[in-house]
Amino acid sequence: MDFFSNIVKIMQKYWQVFLVQGISYTLLLSLLTVAFGAVLGLLLYLGRTVRFKPLNWLCIAIVEVIRGTPMLLQLYVGYFIVPKILPFQVTEFTSVAVALCINSGCYVSEIFRSGIQAVDKGQTEAARSLGLNSRQTMFRIILPQAIKNILPALGNEFIMIVKDTSLASTFFVGELMTACLKVRGNTFLAMECMTIVGVIYFVLTFILSKLLGSFERRLKAND
Amino acid sequence: MTENLIETVDLHKSFVIKGKETLHVLRGVSEHIAKGEVVSIIGPSGGGKSTFLRCLNLLERPEQGKIIFEGVEITNEKVDINLHRQKMGMVFQHFNVFPHLSVLKNITLAPVLLGKRSQAEAEEQAKALLNRVGLLDKKDEHPGRLSGGQKQRLAIVRALAMEPDVMLFDEPTSALDPEMVGEVLDVIKALVKSGMTSVIVTHEMGFAREVSDRILFMDGGIIAESGKPDDIMNNPQNPRTKEFLSKVLY
Repeated sequence: MDFFSNIVKIMQKYWQVFLVQGISYTLLLSLLTVAFGAVLGLLLYLGRTVRFKPLNWLCIAIVEVIRGTPMLLQLYVGYFIVPKILPFQVTEFTSVAVALCINSGCYVSEIFRSGIQAVDKGQTEAARSLGLNSRQTMFRIILPQAIKNILPALGNEFIMIVKDTSLASTFFVGELMTACLKVRGNTFLAMECMTIVGVIYFVLTFILSKLLGSFERRLKAND
Repeated sequence: MTENLIETVDLHKSFVIKGKETLHVLRGVSEHIAKGEVVSIIGPSGGGKSTFLRCLNLLERPEQGKIIFEGVEITNEKVDINLHRQKMGMVFQHFNVFPHLSVLKNITLAPVLLGKRSQAEAEEQAKALLNRVGLLDKKDEHPGRLSGGQKQRLAIVRALAMEPDVMLFDEPTSALDPEMVGEVLDVIKALVKSGMTSVIVTHEMGFAREVSDRILFMDGGIIAESGKPDDIMNNPQNPRTKEFLSKVLY
């Protein structure tokens, strides 16, 4: 029973570290990652499809390298490289966030690709046969339909990222896993701390996936 | 001779299948389509009918040969094909209506986007067109709620909204349930009677015979026979035409 009373005691003393600081940093990091990742993902996707071979190759290479190396390694690279190349002072949080965004952008570009390719080719043909150019076809006909394939997958990516941000604790940026490490260091109660963050992560992702589910049903209802 | 609207000169098109096998679909198609003429293309599957039709507005780019539309050689790389496509309406086997737009928006999108009409004008025109094909009460629905026949009628008026000089029909009734074929054919018949130049790829022999000024029989990537509907149907000269017709006309 010590276990549960310890959890209660930890929460009484450190609830702010977990529930305020931890959750807000985790969500902030995830939101930044998804938002910038989506923009980067779209750029990478477009870079792969425009009629300019070197750019195609570059974008494909970036995606393949990022997808083929561990995220933790990328975070280390981001942590050491980003402060060196940016002209202004950056915090660890920013460096890690940049690395996460790049990582996510590569996965998101694949989400865009599959979502766009899933739109029937006949739609492009119909639009082009009316005289629309390729840009008008993409933005008026294809993307509005692809978005229905893309958004659910993007939501899943968001949930994945919430969990993946735990890797950022390696650099003590203040998100949930950092909170866990800190409190563990103060109390020497490892199992209890891990249980607490485990439950928080689960509740966060569970709520997100439920929200996503209802959102998806609404998208379908509009068809 | 009447004025040519479309002229093709020695079109060749082949497709590479799975990176190795090359399928030579068009093997030199030269043809004239006159203004106001209604031409049906019949023939066995794989004979090149649809490919020929899709070459006319360059949905497929022939690797050899010329297409001259309204006096312009559109196969020339320097020509802005988008401008010429506005003058060539196309109707597809699988309708290809835009599922994310309302019926009305399906029709108004292109004329408004391409600066042909203001939104208000385009809507007036779209309503008139929908009324013509009996779909006015569906104007605010999404296409997902329409039957196949209704979708195809929508696809036809969507193309008409651009006021094309020619309409290309790619097996417009092949994907329809049998009871809906009639309603779509009626729309096409009415259109053809109004003098619209049309090229129709079809398997509906009775329909082709009724509406066409001329029938082309395509097989093996060439136009094997061409002539007046009654001549082709009753008295085919080419043995392949004879064989095909004996299979499809009972």
